[in-house]
Amino acid sequence: MTLGALDPARLQSLTDFAYIVAIACFILSLKWLSSPATARRGVLIGEIGAAVAVVTTFFNPELVRFQWVLIALLAGAIIGIPLGLVQMTAVPQRTAMSHAFGALAAAVIGIAEYYMRIPRIDKFEMVEIAAEVIIGSLSFTGSLIAAGKLQEWLPQRPIVYKGQNYVSFAVLGAAVLAALILVFHPTAPAVFPAMVVISLLFGVMLVTPIGGADMPTVIALLNSYVGLTAALLGFVLNSKVLVVAGALDGSSGFILAVIMCKAMNRSFTNVLFGAFGQLQVTARGAQEERTVHTATPEEAAAILAAANTVLVVPGYGMAVAQAQHKVRELLDVLTRKGVDVKFGIHPVAGRMPGHMNVLLAEADVPYDRLVEMDAANSEMPQTDVALVVGANDVTNPAAKTDQGSPIYGMPIIEVDHARTVMVIKRSLNPGFAGIDNPLYYEDKTLMLFGDAKAFVSNIVKELSGGGE
Amino acid sequence: MPPGFVENLYVFLLAGFLGFEVIRRVSPLLHTPLMALTNALDAIVVVAAIIIAARPGSTLTLVLGAIAVAAAFSNMVGGFLITDRMLRMFKLSGRKKP
Repeated sequence: MTLGALDPARLQSLTDFAYIVAIACFILSLKWLSSPATARRGVLIGEIGAAVAVVTTFFNPELVRFQWVLIALLAGAIIGIPLGLVQMTAVPQRTAMSHAFGALAAAVIGIAEYYMRIPRIDKFEMVEIAAEVIIGSLSFTGSLIAAGKLQEWLPQRPIVYKGQNYVSFAVLGAAVLAALILVFHPTAPAVFPAMVVISLLFGVMLVTPIGGADMPTVIALLNSYVGLTAALLGFVLNSKVLVVAGALDGSSGFILAVIMCKAMNRSFTNVLFGAFGQLQVTARGAQEERTVHTATPEEAAAILAAANTVLVVPGYGMAVAQAQHKVRELLDVLTRKGVDVKFGIHPVAGRMPGHMNVLLAEADVPYDRLVEMDAANSEMPQTDVALVVGANDVTNPAAKTDQGSPIYGMPIIEVDHARTVMVIKRSLNPGFAGIDNPLYYEDKTLMLFGDAKAFVSNIVKELSGGGE
Repeated sequence: MPPGFVENLYVFLLAGFLGFEVIRRVSPLLHTPLMALTNALDAIVVVAAIIIAARPGSTLTLVLGAIAVAAAFSNMVGGFLITDRMLRMFKLSGRKKP
């Protein structure tokens, strides 16, 4: 490399300058993401920033052994490209995996720094490294568990036992204790590896008790931890590009986590330590006798065709049944008949923030048909039919009326205010959180029992066969 | 205190507030692409990983560095790729699919 001839001081300032360019690109990238019209330009500028930073790094005169770096870059590309090409239904687990990779990268760099710096490591540096490695390690295993739950390799229900929170806190306490020992005795044998192992264990214990319905919050929170890890690594390495990238990623994850919590009317502590989902197995049975009204695809098609306005409320069940493409066909056939169809999106519908939007976008539903919860609710009294596809708790009126309900206070899409409600559901079994939904027993509600994809497909067949 | 600590703290605070203001404006419509994109940007730790792996050091740091390079670079490649794929899917009505 001919640039090796450059004088090192000049090269250093060139590198610094390139990193500043990268940072500017990253900030612009996020700014342009704010609207769908400019968002793709945002990706491009982000890519340019990343490329500038990576290429410049190779001119660092301290670097001598490149072959393993090139092999590792190749390996990264081989892993990364398929992960960039997954189906939209698999995006939540892909995101969890990328949190795991991000945390892994940051944690192992921290570990490498520790072994390079001992025995000459001052107390302050040790605090930074220990904090970085603890958070990175727990985010790594936590994200792996989240990915496993989302991929359904692990049970999605919360796994809990008595005194769990005390045990978890004790484990975290042990990791912090190990870090404290290291601050005063950085070379204490086996303490550093022990700290890493305990932190890895804590990550597992942190996410295992959390149920699938809480995944949007957990993914956002893990995102924020990964960002924080990168920022801490920036402190350890005195690298501003890492501090900025980490701060941006961290604040993004934090904002999303706050939005998710608000959308469930719960606090962080409640999500992390509340073990939602095994509640309310009681108090049913007595009310088992209530009647529901059901309808066939033919009847449902007739009602939809007669409507002026239809609001579709999709949920995780739509993703599970892979019904989004059939739902798009329903949109097409109803639009041709002059029915105004919109989609009401609850912030926590699905398994990660914005999950429903990408699923529907993939199925070619135009994004101006998607409305947020508040807009959907203000239009609800003028809505002829609310069609719930695979959503449950986010439409449960008990959240507004029943103070004893575990979801009391959670903002919902008020489908019970529409003139007619139709709910596509496999059976009357309560949803993921195990909470009974009084919506199903209302007089204006029609239950459409069956697989979401097959049922919507039958409605579409009926509508396109009967009409024109 | 290590060199640059106070300076880094300034940068961290400013970037945190800036991130908060910029990201708050991202439409909920795009929250999934947002998470994919911030993941890809965060993968800039790959530059630190390259330095760790490529500068003279023990086999341990070489191995750890190489792991970090692969993990971070997979996020960078995969993150940008999937963000762009997702964004291409968002269309307005009236415009037919390409």
